[in-house]
Amino acid sequence: MSEIAEKVKAIIIDKLGVEASEVTPEASFTNDLGADSLDTVELIMEFEKEFNVSIPDDQAENIGTVGQAISYLEEHAK
Amino acid sequence: MSLRRVVVTGLGAITPLGNTAPTYWEGLQAGVSGAAPITRFDASKFKTRFACEVKNYNPDTYFPTKEGRKMDIFTQFALIAADEAIKDARLDEEGVDKDRVGVIWGSGIGGLTSLQAECIAFANGDGTPRFNPFFIPKMIADSASGNISIRHKFRGPNFVTTSACASSSDSIISAFNYIRLNMADVVVTGGSEAAITESGVGGFNALKAMSERNDAPELASRPYDKERDGFVLGEGAASLILEEYEHAKARGAKIYAELIGGGMSADAYHITAPDPEGNGVVLVMQNALRDAGISPAEVDYINTHGTSTPLGDGAEVKAIQKVFGEDAYNLNISSTKSMTGHLLGGAGAIEAVACIMAMQHNIVPPTINHFTDDPELDPKLNFTFNKAQAREVNVAMSNTFGFGGHNTSVIFRKLRD
Repeated sequence: MSEIAEKVKAIIIDKLGVEASEVTPEASFTNDLGADSLDTVELIMEFEKEFNVSIPDDQAENIGTVGQAISYLEEHAK
Repeated sequence: MSLRRVVVTGLGAITPLGNTAPTYWEGLQAGVSGAAPITRFDASKFKTRFACEVKNYNPDTYFPTKEGRKMDIFTQFALIAADEAIKDARLDEEGVDKDRVGVIWGSGIGGLTSLQAECIAFANGDGTPRFNPFFIPKMIADSASGNISIRHKFRGPNFVTTSACASSSDSIISAFNYIRLNMADVVVTGGSEAAITESGVGGFNALKAMSERNDAPELASRPYDKERDGFVLGEGAASLILEEYEHAKARGAKIYAELIGGGMSADAYHITAPDPEGNGVVLVMQNALRDAGISPAEVDYINTHGTSTPLGDGAEVKAIQKVFGEDAYNLNISSTKSMTGHLLGGAGAIEAVACIMAMQHNIVPPTINHFTDDPELDPKLNFTFNKAQAREVNVAMSNTFGFGGHNTSVIFRKLRD
């Protein structure tokens, strides 16, 4: 697993209070990991801070699963 | 329309003296001080470096980390105290119609810690707004009543009262009125505050309102002592379950006391200074006595606002003497802020609990830290100095006054038919 993927998983585990085993690439923040709309906004903000990127709202809307977050950040992280 | 009777059927508290209602009472009757050096932040550059903090507080023992993180500490205190009171009153059991249970909470400030943290984070950034989505819901004062209702599914009237240090006496009166007027059968009421943070301590220091007795924190809160030099900031919460009398009887609830009257008034004088003549305070006690339909002679105990400020303590005593006349000499008067410090918007709630416990045990908690008589105060008054006093307490009054000139008094009586 890439370093970015490791960091993404760690943020999700911390912010959503879930077990590492639940954080699979297919896991949806809202449907599988118990996040509500505010949790999702907070996750995106944490990704922005950790990876020093700015994720526009229209792109943030497409980040709904662990895998989507990892691919987005692998592509855009500086 | 005749007004319905309202009784107290549950109590909860998390205070600088104890983290449950029974341990709070143990501290009160033992005459313990809750003051100590501040641990919540580095206060070394502050004029006041001590406060009455809730001891050994770790939110993780009460809330899953994910849940606790989304609440300011004043809301955490609110939920802890309310949970204890709700359990005490057995409100979560079958048979209580949750559509008829409201939550009316009090907080003078709300989520100051959260507000401060977010502003600091923004100031330290490059100007890009990165405010946390939980910032506003954590900060707003009504998040306390909102979170209590969500946790217990109480769908009755729900709001927060804000009137500085009178906030949670006003929430108690609001709850009382909603039940009396048949708009709810039960209301979870109370108040909480958590302002022991840089902006809270610095702000009150700037007002020159707080004691600066850093060499002896536990001796600093000394209402009615000649050498008093300001209040000591406290934090925490207390909750009371108020319930319509017949509703409580029908479900076999334990009844602690009856809430028989409430009064409100304004000083209309100055935004922070009390009216030295105590006119608003005279009016509020008269209003409460009239609402309760009792004479001054029937009151056994007044838990005063008595914050340990030079001006405020004297004005309140003067007002008590105007309202009670000769009967003032038969009263027990005490300021439990000498032990708990000043919980601001939580003061009315923790002091209402102190009044009810005093009636339960027939013990008046003391005004500790009395060393030197204040020649301005009538020595024939019984301020319950230094040690708790045994006394049959049938009627107790609690006074609270807030910046803005808000005055509120509530009166409890032992239940009788």
